[in-house]
Amino acid sequence: MTQTDQPVLEARGLTKSYGHVQALRGADFSIRPGEIVALIGDNGAGKSTLVKALSGALQPDGGQILVDGAPVNMSSPIAARHYGIETVYQDLALAPELDPAANLYLGREITRGGPIGKFFGLLNNKAMRDEAKKSFGTLGSIVQSVDVPVSTLSGGQRQSVAVGRAAAWADRVVFMDEPTAALGVVQTEKVLQLIRRVAEKGIAVVLVSHNMPQVLEVSDRVEVLRLGRRVARFTASETNVEQLVAALTGGFSNEPVAVGAAISGEEQAR
Amino acid sequence: MTRPTPPGAEPASAEDPNVDNAVITHPDPKIAAVERAADETVEKPPSMLARVLGSSSIWTAGILAVFLIVFSVLKPEQFATSFNVNNLLSNAAILLVISVGMTFVIITSGIDLSVGSVLVLAAVVSVKAMEAVGGEGTAVVLAGLGAALAVGIVAGAVNGSLVAFAKVPALIVTLGSLGAGLGLARILSGGIDLRTAALVDIGFGDLWGIKYLVLIALAVVVVGAFLLHLTRFGRYTYAIGSNDEAARRSGVNVRLHLVKVYALSGFLAGLAGFMSLAKFSTTGIGGHSSDNLNAIAAVVLGGTSLFGGIGTIIGTVIGVFIPAVLENGFVILGIQPFWQQVAVGAVLVAAVWFDQYKRRSRNRS
Repeated sequence: MTQTDQPVLEARGLTKSYGHVQALRGADFSIRPGEIVALIGDNGAGKSTLVKALSGALQPDGGQILVDGAPVNMSSPIAARHYGIETVYQDLALAPELDPAANLYLGREITRGGPIGKFFGLLNNKAMRDEAKKSFGTLGSIVQSVDVPVSTLSGGQRQSVAVGRAAAWADRVVFMDEPTAALGVVQTEKVLQLIRRVAEKGIAVVLVSHNMPQVLEVSDRVEVLRLGRRVARFTASETNVEQLVAALTGGFSNEPVAVGAAISGEEQAR
Repeated sequence: MTRPTPPGAEPASAEDPNVDNAVITHPDPKIAAVERAADETVEKPPSMLARVLGSSSIWTAGILAVFLIVFSVLKPEQFATSFNVNNLLSNAAILLVISVGMTFVIITSGIDLSVGSVLVLAAVVSVKAMEAVGGEGTAVVLAGLGAALAVGIVAGAVNGSLVAFAKVPALIVTLGSLGAGLGLARILSGGIDLRTAALVDIGFGDLWGIKYLVLIALAVVVVGAFLLHLTRFGRYTYAIGSNDEAARRSGVNVRLHLVKVYALSGFLAGLAGFMSLAKFSTTGIGGHSSDNLNAIAAVVLGGTSLFGGIGTIIGTVIGVFIPAVLENGFVILGIQPFWQQVAVGAVLVAAVWFDQYKRRSRNRS
């Protein structure tokens, strides 16, 4: 693993409100290159809002997002992609009628050279298939055919295509929202191996999951969100399910007191 | 944008001997065996043959072939003649042009009911433009063609903008432009068909025995197939129909692409208006009210899914010729040609049922 102390992606004091509901109340988050960080929290803790803010899918009301230590404006998913940040969505954002190679290159097709190829945007399907095979191959993923529609693949293979696509284009960070929620035991294990492979390439992986044993099995660190704020950070090898659950439910915190002060300040404001 | 493999694309094994580059095997041999079994049995993608047989266009191609063979055997001296084939082709040419545009629209999971009206409006404006230029010759023809195409593109772009930006369902948008287009055509023409003889050479001329109109339709089919199957434009068309959210998240400009697709359909309806004018020498205001449904039927018969993401141009060609061949064959056989409508209706419903069945079995897996 190629870890440095400089976080590749960091959130500082993010806030976001939907009407009267405060989804994020000064949320912090950080991840270093090659790290697998699980982001956990009960329903409504602000996990998905935080992930959306960090992947450009929504704009926070306040706070800072830093890439490699420099503040950035994550204005859209396209901007996030520009910073080498990719997201694997829970609802599998694949086009089922297209094959895995076409899905991998969707929006970034390889076209043929020459003025005619450029003008018409003539697809170079062979190059895309070859590269897709290579790309899925380096991840050791289980995608067997790159030229059949994704709809004919099993759930595990589809998820592998989605993860493989994110890994192929991400330079810095891959977000995965419940990547194994719909999978069987064997397929889940495969996808977890795939996630490790991605991290071994030096890409930071943010794993959003409800599955505590799985979180402890696959991740390096765990960050716990509660009521829109980070309340605890753990090294996965030094904690256990009981401690995680305690942090989730408000029975444990190891974050600085300043955060606690912010909580009471807000409670008063109410 | 040709970045191929993930960062660190070199085989991982080159850097780290612990990481093998092939398939990961689980350290526990029992689990590894289960995984291998799962790979080999459950996760086997369907064979090429299974996929070909699973596509509905192979079945409709078979149906068309059966019709052709039956009619040729029953009435060889009337059906399988170059005169009759030429006649059949030139009757189908205009519908074919509209249907190519409709194929793109339906693959995006949209629909364009306005094609017949746009055709008529384009023809009316075309006549007006030619009258304005006056006289005869190439300049007049080009003015007529330019006017027809411009009307088509504008009408299509308006349809597309309303679908893409105003988020009005395509069925309603194009139902509106169906009425509005026909109304405008009647206003401009004063409610009576306009006649012109300026395009007779195009309507009746031929090259090596093949009518110009057929050659135009052939060119549209070839270019349409090229665009749909080989270019980025076609890839985005499929992607939007397959999962527009996935296309959007992948950075495809979905709304702009939809405008282009409807503009293409309008453009081809405009071209069809010009062809119709050349063939009949009149604007045919009342004669195109079922063009939209005929085109949709042809596209769906050809295996294009109304739910989007699936379809081919060659399928649409087959879908255009099934009703055309049936009607032609029934006339020659002396069967009431109205039976053609019954037969086409039945085949159409069967084709959609087949599509639904395939999707249900896919979603179960």
